[in-house]
Amino acid sequence: MTIDMAQFHQVFFDESFEGLDVMESGLLNMDPGTADTEEINSIFRAAHSIKGGSGTFGFTEISNFTHVMETLLDEMRDGRREVTAVAVDALLRSVDVLREMLKAVSADDTIDMDDVQAQQSELEAILNNSESAAPAAGANSAQPAADGAEAITGWRVVFRPLPHMMRTGNDPLRIIQELTDLGDVKVEGDASLLPRLAELDPEECFLSWVITVNEALEKSQISEVFDWVEDDCELSIVPIVTEAVAEQVEAPEVESAVQASEPAQPERRQGERRAEDRRSPVDRRQNDRRSGGGASGSSSIRVDINKIDGLINMVGELVITQSMLSMLGEDFTIDRVERLQDGLAQLERHTRELQESVMQIRMLPISFTFSRFPRLVHDLSSKMGKKIELKMSGEQTEVDKTVIEKIGDPLVHLVRNSLDHGIEMPEVRKAAGKPETGTVHLSAAHRGGNIIIEIRDDGKGLDKHRIESKAIERGLITEEHNLTDQQIYELIFQAGFSTAEQISDVSGRGVGMDVVRKNINELGGSIEIESEMGKGSAIIIRLPLTLAILDGQTIAVGDEIYIVPLVSIIESIQLKPDMINLVAGRGETFKLRNDYLPIVRLHEVFGIESVKTTDLMSGLLVVVEGDGKRCGLFVDDLIGQQQVVIKSLEANYKRVDGLSGATILGDGSVALILDIPGIIRLSSQKYSVADLKQSA
Amino acid sequence: MPAIAQQNGNDDMQQDVEVIGSEYLTFNLGDEDYGVDILRVQEIRGWEMVTRVPNQPAFVKGVLNLRGSIVPIFDLRERMGMPAREYDKATVVIILKVICEISERSVGIVVDGVSDVLNARSQDIAATPDFGENLDTEFITGMASSNGKMVMLLDVDKLQPSVAQADEDVEVA
Repeated sequence: MTIDMAQFHQVFFDESFEGLDVMESGLLNMDPGTADTEEINSIFRAAHSIKGGSGTFGFTEISNFTHVMETLLDEMRDGRREVTAVAVDALLRSVDVLREMLKAVSADDTIDMDDVQAQQSELEAILNNSESAAPAAGANSAQPAADGAEAITGWRVVFRPLPHMMRTGNDPLRIIQELTDLGDVKVEGDASLLPRLAELDPEECFLSWVITVNEALEKSQISEVFDWVEDDCELSIVPIVTEAVAEQVEAPEVESAVQASEPAQPERRQGERRAEDRRSPVDRRQNDRRSGGGASGSSSIRVDINKIDGLINMVGELVITQSMLSMLGEDFTIDRVERLQDGLAQLERHTRELQESVMQIRMLPISFTFSRFPRLVHDLSSKMGKKIELKMSGEQTEVDKTVIEKIGDPLVHLVRNSLDHGIEMPEVRKAAGKPETGTVHLSAAHRGGNIIIEIRDDGKGLDKHRIESKAIERGLITEEHNLTDQQIYELIFQAGFSTAEQISDVSGRGVGMDVVRKNINELGGSIEIESEMGKGSAIIIRLPLTLAILDGQTIAVGDEIYIVPLVSIIESIQLKPDMINLVAGRGETFKLRNDYLPIVRLHEVFGIESVKTTDLMSGLLVVVEGDGKRCGLFVDDLIGQQQVVIKSLEANYKRVDGLSGATILGDGSVALILDIPGIIRLSSQKYSVADLKQSA
Repeated sequence: MPAIAQQNGNDDMQQDVEVIGSEYLTFNLGDEDYGVDILRVQEIRGWEMVTRVPNQPAFVKGVLNLRGSIVPIFDLRERMGMPAREYDKATVVIILKVICEISERSVGIVVDGVSDVLNARSQDIAATPDFGENLDTEFITGMASSNGKMVMLLDVDKLQPSVAQADEDVEVA
């Protein structure tokens, strides 16, 4: 047994944090009073694996603590104990304590035993509260050691390996030898299950043993020996108490009968666990972020095996195409040019598919981020005495990994704001004729080239007048402003702006909304607010679908080449004189069917001197849409469509208004990618600057 | 006047110089010689067309594809407020590693030509004289002499304009 266990620790931590998430979400789904067996089972399984793992690795504090939780869950599962709100809350807090313990162990810190003790005694108090526990013989056997610790003079171990045990590489003989190392041991073999020689499968185990250890050992010392085979055998470890020898002879029978009634249980549980692992890659990967942040800090990604298989297939195809092309190239004659073209077309297709699949690897469902909210809402609503129901939709919407990492904190902030400032207290809601329970709806969806994340509540909405007066007070705006509602709501994104009358520890310090907007802008997204007094408010976040690649239209203005994201292009038209109108002598607009849209001359916005033509009739107008606004972008020429890989300008330089990034063209030169909403903003600024200059 | 300032500054400079290192790549802008810490130099390449970035200060010539990453190119003459000059065959771009706030970045500077590697001991490096308001010396950490010529040592980390500064520059331009 001199295997270096440390190498498995990381796996254990990963799996345990995963298990904790499963437990947490399971507990949050559990309604007091009605015990959903499937739900309890999955919580129990998670607790059980954490207990087993921590025992194996010698984290006894964790396994002891988990054992108490497991006992409680076990009773709930068997219907011997009612699922009460108190118990569920205690279990939730225990999950937190357990998470802290695991974090401490993974960081090689010492565990704060005070917290653990407090929580453990709380659990034990619930356990010992016999009012809710139906009388059950088995329940007491969970902690036999505690009852008669002094009187124990030895242990009676019934060890019945399941037939497949030897296939897992475990040797019963070695285990028995290890037991004999502990002291005086008497082993009785039981060969009653041994089949006739003709039917005997030499790889299966048919023997079982009754082992009597005549030493006053701790139970854990014995169970430790069986850690590796726990799930592959029926095992009962019963203390031998001196005064009650006669009873003890029978006791093991009772115990093993309980055990025997579920002989396939450990096996089934394992099977289910595996099946569950396969079923929900979401849950599995969920923990990447947390465990990564907790222990090693290295950023890794768990990828669905199907995606990897797909990649391997595609690389295989690529290799075939490549070898075909090189064979063709070895003795190339002009009459084979058609085959060459075919080959190149194939190569292009494979490359594109490969690129798409590689990008797919970065895409994760947004449920990674959403999964923390049920707990947050549960905790905060009980703390604030509000009744809040959280609805979520579109959790399966896939977004880029970078988005997942960066959107979490802003979302937490926004949801907290909704809970704290949005949703009113139950009595206020009732008085306003609304249902007592407030609703917060968190949703995600793909729309066009964007991901839309919405946080919608049916609370009191933003108080426009309060924001106004606060802003005037702080000198942000003057009293005779003429801001639209939307512009007034924008004010809450100013640093240090808060309208909360009372500062709570949830929110209200005015720190945050500016940071929220900054984070979202960094991701290339935008944020807007819809609100109606008394009805509720919604915060809408738009994020680009993928941060790394886009379909682009290459355009030319003078000598310069730019990329317009294809998703923002509505159509491209050639203007005719009768379509153009002037507003106030200089604001150029054109009529597109029934709409009048402004014309934005790209060469003016970007100061391009080499422009070929300034005559609107001889260039082209690309009708684009960004942030809900439309305009016509005046350019010299359209060149072609291509997929481009987005490179950041910020990595080495800084963000530039009107540009969302850069890309590298086929000839190695750099082309800049236009940010349509940014350009619309820039061009309106140009006009307002021009206004200022004229009036000055 | 300059001599006094030089002496006063000398003691303060001593420590910084130790850290900066002692080998410098020297290059020239017109008749003046400049040096950058050789450990910061990533590569030297001939001038080639870059992609102009709109609405940037004049010294930002554009961006370049440096093995897949987008690197901004600054004209050092214009960055330091010197008159611009036509680019010719001798014009080179030095790609430097700069440390900006927390991240490490690559930037390119356009100079008239590269000359030599200078070995400067810390006692050979003198402080920059103070020219007052008339001349901005924020990029220059010190001065060394090589073969009787004066070499101005550049602080490469100050070349990258901070976001606020760049915006200011745009408005001025």
